[in-house]
Amino acid sequence: MALDSKVPKGPIKDKWTDYKNHIDLVNPANKRNIDIIVVGTGLAGGSAAATLAELGYNVKAFAYQDSPRRAHSIAAQGGINAAKNYQGDGDSTYRLFYDTVKGGDYRAREANVYRLAEVSANIIDQCVAQGVPFARDYGGLLDNRSFGGVLVSRTFYAKGQTGQQLLLGAYSAMNRQIARGKIQMFNRHEMMDVVIVDGKARGIIARNLVTGEIERHSAHAVVIGSGGYGNVFFLSTNAMGSNVSAGWKIHKKGAHFANPCYTQIHPTCIPVHGENQSKLTLMSESLRNDGRIWVPKKKEDAEAIRAHKLKATDIAEEDRDYYLERRYPAFGNLVPRDVASRAAKERADAGYGVGHNETGEAVFLDFAFAIERYGKEQALIKGLDQNNKALITDLGKKVVEAKYGNLFQMYEKIVDENPYETPMMIYPAVHYTMGGVWVDYNLMTTIPGCYCIGEANFSDHGANRLGASALMQGLADGYFVLPYTIGDYLSNDIRTGTIPTDTPEFDQAEKEVREKVDFFINNNGTKSVDHFHKRLGKIMWNKVGMARNEKGLKEAMTEIKALREEFWKDVKVPGTADTYNEELAKAGRVADFLELGELFAKDALERNESCGGHFREESAEEDGPQKGEAKRDDENFAYVAAWEYKGEPAKAVLHKEELEFKDIELKQRSYK
Amino acid sequence: MKLTLKIWRQNGANDKGGLVDYKLDGVSPDMSFLEMLDMLNEQIINEGGEPVAFDHDCREGICGMCSLYINGEAHGPDRGVTTCQLHMRMFKDGDTIFIEPFRASAFPVIKDLIVDRTSFDRIQHAGGFISVNTSGNTQDANSLPISKHAADEAMDAATCIGCGACVATCKNSSAMLFVGAKVSQYALLPQGQVEATDRVKNMVAQMDLEGFGNCTNTGACEVECPKGISLDNIARMNRELMKASV
Amino acid sequence: MSGFFNSSIGRKVAMALSAFFLMFFLLQHFAINILSIFNPDVFNEVSHFMGTNPLVQYALQPVLIFGVVFHFVMGFVLELRNKKANGIKYAKNNGAANSSWMSRNMIYSGIAILAFVVLHFIDFWIPEINTKYIVGDMSGLHNGEFRYFHELVEKFENPLRVVAYVIAFVFLALHLLHGFTSAFQSMGATAGRKKTLQNIGKAYSIIIPLGFIVIALFHHFNH
Repeated sequence: MALDSKVPKGPIKDKWTDYKNHIDLVNPANKRNIDIIVVGTGLAGGSAAATLAELGYNVKAFAYQDSPRRAHSIAAQGGINAAKNYQGDGDSTYRLFYDTVKGGDYRAREANVYRLAEVSANIIDQCVAQGVPFARDYGGLLDNRSFGGVLVSRTFYAKGQTGQQLLLGAYSAMNRQIARGKIQMFNRHEMMDVVIVDGKARGIIARNLVTGEIERHSAHAVVIGSGGYGNVFFLSTNAMGSNVSAGWKIHKKGAHFANPCYTQIHPTCIPVHGENQSKLTLMSESLRNDGRIWVPKKKEDAEAIRAHKLKATDIAEEDRDYYLERRYPAFGNLVPRDVASRAAKERADAGYGVGHNETGEAVFLDFAFAIERYGKEQALIKGLDQNNKALITDLGKKVVEAKYGNLFQMYEKIVDENPYETPMMIYPAVHYTMGGVWVDYNLMTTIPGCYCIGEANFSDHGANRLGASALMQGLADGYFVLPYTIGDYLSNDIRTGTIPTDTPEFDQAEKEVREKVDFFINNNGTKSVDHFHKRLGKIMWNKVGMARNEKGLKEAMTEIKALREEFWKDVKVPGTADTYNEELAKAGRVADFLELGELFAKDALERNESCGGHFREESAEEDGPQKGEAKRDDENFAYVAAWEYKGEPAKAVLHKEELEFKDIELKQRSYK
Repeated sequence: MKLTLKIWRQNGANDKGGLVDYKLDGVSPDMSFLEMLDMLNEQIINEGGEPVAFDHDCREGICGMCSLYINGEAHGPDRGVTTCQLHMRMFKDGDTIFIEPFRASAFPVIKDLIVDRTSFDRIQHAGGFISVNTSGNTQDANSLPISKHAADEAMDAATCIGCGACVATCKNSSAMLFVGAKVSQYALLPQGQVEATDRVKNMVAQMDLEGFGNCTNTGACEVECPKGISLDNIARMNRELMKASV
Repeated sequence: MSGFFNSSIGRKVAMALSAFFLMFFLLQHFAINILSIFNPDVFNEVSHFMGTNPLVQYALQPVLIFGVVFHFVMGFVLELRNKKANGIKYAKNNGAANSSWMSRNMIYSGIAILAFVVLHFIDFWIPEINTKYIVGDMSGLHNGEFRYFHELVEKFENPLRVVAYVIAFVFLALHLLHGFTSAFQSMGATAGRKKTLQNIGKAYSIIIPLGFIVIALFHHFNH
């Protein structure tokens, strides 16, 4: 089957408008007869559920959390991009489009990204109308900050809690529809499978996580907005419950899974502290504006720090290696996320890491210079003595506190070190997954009637995502794109009537779900679910992490397969299936991660080039000024890798969607 | 560190429940409180028992899912943190730690340390929104200037994570800090003022219907709130309701 | 408006309004009583005025009684409702970590004050009503002199009563230390005024009960 992206014809700037003008609509009276299931209530799922309900469809929304407000979109800190050009610094829809495609290392679909840039301005208008308290300047107008990888200031923010505020906005829109009876909310429910009737997605099997009841829900279309799969690494910045299961279930029923290997490793996270660690905490990228990243020049110094014999402040200035400034004089500490992450790994692997764990995985992020610089600035402004060191430090700390106070406090709570006095320790961590379920221009998967939105789809970010783009994409999909495209599909369903759930298709799907649940409960294994999840995470991090090579990827595939087999034999799930049982829920999720992990490695193996979040050691520049940097191969790999499920991950069949760049010229990224 | 844990175990809503003692050894002071519980659960599973059920998700203090009453305080002895951000260095070797669910009639126990907080959602359904269509055809965001002061104050109220620590810690199980924060956020913004009258009436009515207690201004909620939501929000809600009722 | 007073916030506003009235009454009661230390004659005259003025007797006195009864009844009603909202008790609860003893025990300081009010009614108010409205003697005279000062002094002869009064006023102070600012908070007063309000509240809550104690002790030891 050839992949049809269904991108409309015509010039890129007219595509979306023309498309909207020519699609079929469903009249309001008929919308009442149409049901839609939305799985996941983050920015994408929440905004979609609210908008679809408002249009008049009957929406059933599902979340595994106890309230839609707790979806992990809530944890996004920095901000949301929009081409508003409020700052008058030359921003435009085209520039946002261009930056996003370039930032994605030319592996995104042009038409989708342009549409995203086009609707971005609407998002801000919409959110302000909803009462989202974005930061404002003293004139009462909206404030902007700038983010990595771009030349304009287009990021809107609400303190360091932009994701929270946007999610609460979508949640409030949902609440309005719940109150009207147009959304039926199913909290603490997990989607266990999708039900396909006559080739179309017509419902789901869900499990009530409190009572354990297996439920059938039918609808005319199913929308998956269940987020990313970073937890395949066990340790990530994702929430503990974040999982791939909804996406993976539809994959196994016919939806292609695209670019699974594209993972964003965020450079500034708090390092792993020990074996019992359950999750990683992100420190906002904005810290790199003022912090300088370094490791010791001498290996023995690094060893001494790891052994607690020396402190960071004991290392003399000339014995420090500011490796980002050394390697990338033009961008210095502000290189894009993928570059910064790989550089940190390179130093740690070479033995210069300063972490207190066994592997020494950490580098310093030092604010001493910023404190001194700001202090002197303040002293100058206030006419105070610029040579009084204590005074300068004090003044500088105040400025740094005003900018990053909450982050510094968070760091101190976790690490128990005062980052005003001693450099922070940071290390890259898995943060976001650009890959996901393949969708066409309509956001429909290869299963008719099954849609996928937000981080869960393979999306608009290509091989690397720029800061403040994820929130934009989630809300664009949910508020402004899906409500149009789904109408076009549903216009054929106005006479269908309610989909019955007492059909053989539902019987079969429910039976499979029940069998799996029973298997876990009755399996007399010896090891906990987390045991397997942690081992999977280690394989992924070591062999499918920041840098990958053919040998490691092949090993990873074999090891993951073996681990999966061991899991099914030896996993131990305590308790029963008819009460709240987190271990049971986790077992189902980890089972899917164990399959995804293998496909992930297979995809990485197949893509023999370096691009964005995917760095193949075999594909690096061999000489010239870019020596050692990632080498993209546009000739052979400018395509989306969409995998079709064939019984097990290793047998997945690759379908290529060739990417055409008509409006942007492909260039190698350089930050030297 | 070696700890004695006294944990509330309750198998479902209808079970009577009670405190059960556990011994846990080898706890590192660098662990978060929930990682310590993960470790306990691993131990319980390996011994053939059923792990302790507790709510948690983002583990970075923003989702509002975690909700433990630790040694007599919501989210434990540290200030400005949720349970997931509480670290074991706040405790000493040999300590006995009481771990109980958030208590209130409006928060019935689901299992062990997990409670049902959907009463908060229902209060939000009653009016926790601005009635604007999500069409994107609203006016330009900058056509309505809002003073920085009002925007910042609205933001402070809006940082509530809906964890329920205010209710859990209140001797009256009152939800007024939670409701006050939402009412305040919208009352401070011109977009929200259009519906302010109905909103405050409906939300307060729903809050009462859910069986939350009455605020007696002890201020405990403000102290225990992981996000530092101010009591001023309750006062503002009181004013809003008085205004709406005359 | 009736809906308002049936709501949780309406009830606390009602509590606050009755509290304001009672605090005002307390202030004027104190202002009159303190006169007994400085000038028994003025004290007698003001007492007589208050005891016989129709406006005070037939308008303010019923309002006062209603206020007292309402404040107590509402206090108990709210306490019971709040207990119901609590659900299961915590095995360990560290209330002292986040709130003052006074704020958590208003019901107990309130009960102590109620006991005092009963004693006080038996001591002063019931004999007063008896003399004026049952016996019918509105003259305020006893043996040709105003009786008020004399009655006051006489009551404080018994050391047990003085001790009871002192204890009651300590509870009153504790009750006011939370109640004063709490009433303002319930009425919606916030931020900017808070510090000043708290200081005024503290001063009021300590000076008034302390003053009453001084009056009791003064008369006990001086006569």
